[in-house]
Amino acid sequence: MGRAGSGERRSAIEAIGVSKVFGNGDDAVRALDNVDVTIRENEFFTLLGPSGCGKTTLLRLIAGFDFPTEGEIRLYGEDIAPLPPFKRPVNTVFQNYALFPHMTVAQNIGFGLEMLGKPKAEIDARISEMLKLVRMEELRNRRTSQISGGQQQRVALARALAPRPKVLLLDEPLSALDFKLRKDMQIELKRLQHETGITFIFVTHDQEEALTMSDRIAVMSKGHILQIGSPRDIYDRPAERFVANFIGDTNFLEGQVKEVHGSKARIALNAGAEVEAGISEGANPQGNVTIVVRPEHAAIQARPGADALKGTIENIVYFGTDTHFHIKLASGPHFIVRQQNRHGAGEEFKTGMPVGVEIGQNAAQVLKD
Amino acid sequence: MVSSRTFSVKRQTGFGTIALLCFVLLYVPIATLVAYSFNAGPSIAIWEGFSWRWYIAAWNNQQIVETSVRSFVIASIAAVVATTAATMAALATTRTRPYRGLNFIYGFINQPLMVPEIVTGIALLIFFAIVKIWTGYTGLGYLIVAHTAFCIPFAYLPIRARLENMDLTLERAAADLYATPWMTFRKVTLPLLWPGIIAGLMLAFVVSLDDVVITELVKSGGQDTLPTYMLGQLRRVVTPEINAISSVFLLISIVIVTLFFFLNRKQT
Ligand SMILES: Nc1ncnc2c1ncn2[C@@H]1O[C@H](COP(=O)(O)OP(=O)(O)OP(=O)(O)O)[C@@H](O)[C@H]1O
Ligand SMILES: [Mg+2]
Repeated sequence: MGRAGSGERRSAIEAIGVSKVFGNGDDAVRALDNVDVTIRENEFFTLLGPSGCGKTTLLRLIAGFDFPTEGEIRLYGEDIAPLPPFKRPVNTVFQNYALFPHMTVAQNIGFGLEMLGKPKAEIDARISEMLKLVRMEELRNRRTSQISGGQQQRVALARALAPRPKVLLLDEPLSALDFKLRKDMQIELKRLQHETGITFIFVTHDQEEALTMSDRIAVMSKGHILQIGSPRDIYDRPAERFVANFIGDTNFLEGQVKEVHGSKARIALNAGAEVEAGISEGANPQGNVTIVVRPEHAAIQARPGADALKGTIENIVYFGTDTHFHIKLASGPHFIVRQQNRHGAGEEFKTGMPVGVEIGQNAAQVLKD
Repeated sequence: MVSSRTFSVKRQTGFGTIALLCFVLLYVPIATLVAYSFNAGPSIAIWEGFSWRWYIAAWNNQQIVETSVRSFVIASIAAVVATTAATMAALATTRTRPYRGLNFIYGFINQPLMVPEIVTGIALLIFFAIVKIWTGYTGLGYLIVAHTAFCIPFAYLPIRARLENMDLTLERAAADLYATPWMTFRKVTLPLLWPGIIAGLMLAFVVSLDDVVITELVKSGGQDTLPTYMLGQLRRVVTPEINAISSVFLLISIVIVTLFFFLNRKQT
């Protein structure tokens, strides 16, 4: 899982049975429900989930702006409940930046160091370093109200990085940037994290961003963490329907478990073939199950083999780098196959053609629910 | 067109006439008052040509100078004390978790806006009479205390509005960046609150400067402020001198209100 040796790294943040309830009585909202997660030192950890699933709430508990209703949060093994926010070696890049409007860019960046009582020369040097890092040297003395949204986001990042926190919390820090800058900043952030060795806890609802940047991802929904794993784990071996649906395109197929051996199960699909499918840790599939197959893990065949699923092509969508074949299986469900466009490949397929779908080795995964 | 279907009070019959009437009633008397302050003759109704005569007369009138100075002293002290108290009250009512009795506290702070002034005035008159007997003190302090009390809600309202509109994440960001609560207040809350505080200060100042009812009831002999002095003068001979003082008063109010307006506009 993750990088080699990552298992030995110390834990930076641990949440143990953390719940957060807002309000009381009938309009109580359970923003977090019994969340357990361990974030390792020097890790790029991402909280991924749809709007309202509790990502910001978890960050706020770690930063100390709010307290868990139940459970405990530990920083390097110690309960941080007694520490007020200004004593936690944790900095935040806020979802709405929260730059101080009455200060210049440089004053914003230097604020944390000033509060820590660092000498002026050191503060100035660090401000210059940070401005260079986020490529904003020429805007040093601007008011924060006089710079663009993307620039504000970069100042917020520089401001949070300047005091060199142990853990940096980033609440959707790239959401306001245009595509190009966003891509640049993704690489930049990754580089920063690598160079500074700071633990990053990164919040996003963009699955692609999560997959490309993270060491590990926690997928959240309605206050729960559904699955934690490396991007590859999450993408190739989703444990639950929500995870599979939220990340990437997915095909769902129904079937019966025939036998279980180790981490694999043999499934007889209702669509007519048998496949080997992976099982998530701790699951014990029985009877009717759903399996997922990523569109690029299946192949389309003009002359279907014996163990292929039969169907007809309903639609062909050409994307330049690859082509999506929308296939209606003979047994009813729809299935999407994504194929990379090698020169001339796939040109023989036409809408309405009968075809076969072959599910590759290790391509299927059994869902828990 | 969509806009033609929406209700607009401007298109109701009689709107123009009523609006015009309001403007006339509001501004013609004031314009007349200002115009006659430049009258060369001794009448406030018969125009005899332009002159600065009454302004000069007012300037040389010892009593006017004296009561003006007293008014300014009272208003300055009352405004500063009231604004300080109002700032603390506003912080206590916006920067804490909502607690039981908060609405009661709002009512308590804003009491002078709701209780008729004459009632407050009489209450203070009786109360101060008792205090005077106990302490023997008869100075300007009573007026200053009374003015401070009724100025507090005027200072409180703009300060509270400013605090409520302030983005709370700014204070959170400061705490996140190692600022203690005191440093957060000094470096973030207070600088952003200044326009509200200044606005509150000016409002309190104008309200104090302008007060007649409470002052009339609370003042001891020889403690006339400019408004109570003017009121007294009106009962005797009326010359354009009173117009001149009123015009200066008006000018000062306009300047302060304009400043207030610009400070408020900067907030948004
Ligand atoms: N102060 C609060 N009082 C009441 N409910 C709250 C409060 N803060 C958050 N919530 C609720 O808690 C849930 C989680 O909110 P949270 O802000 O953590 O979501 P999020 O995952 O950050 O969403 P987004 O992606 O939109 O920022 C939401 O249902 C929200 O309405
Ligand atoms: Mg959020």
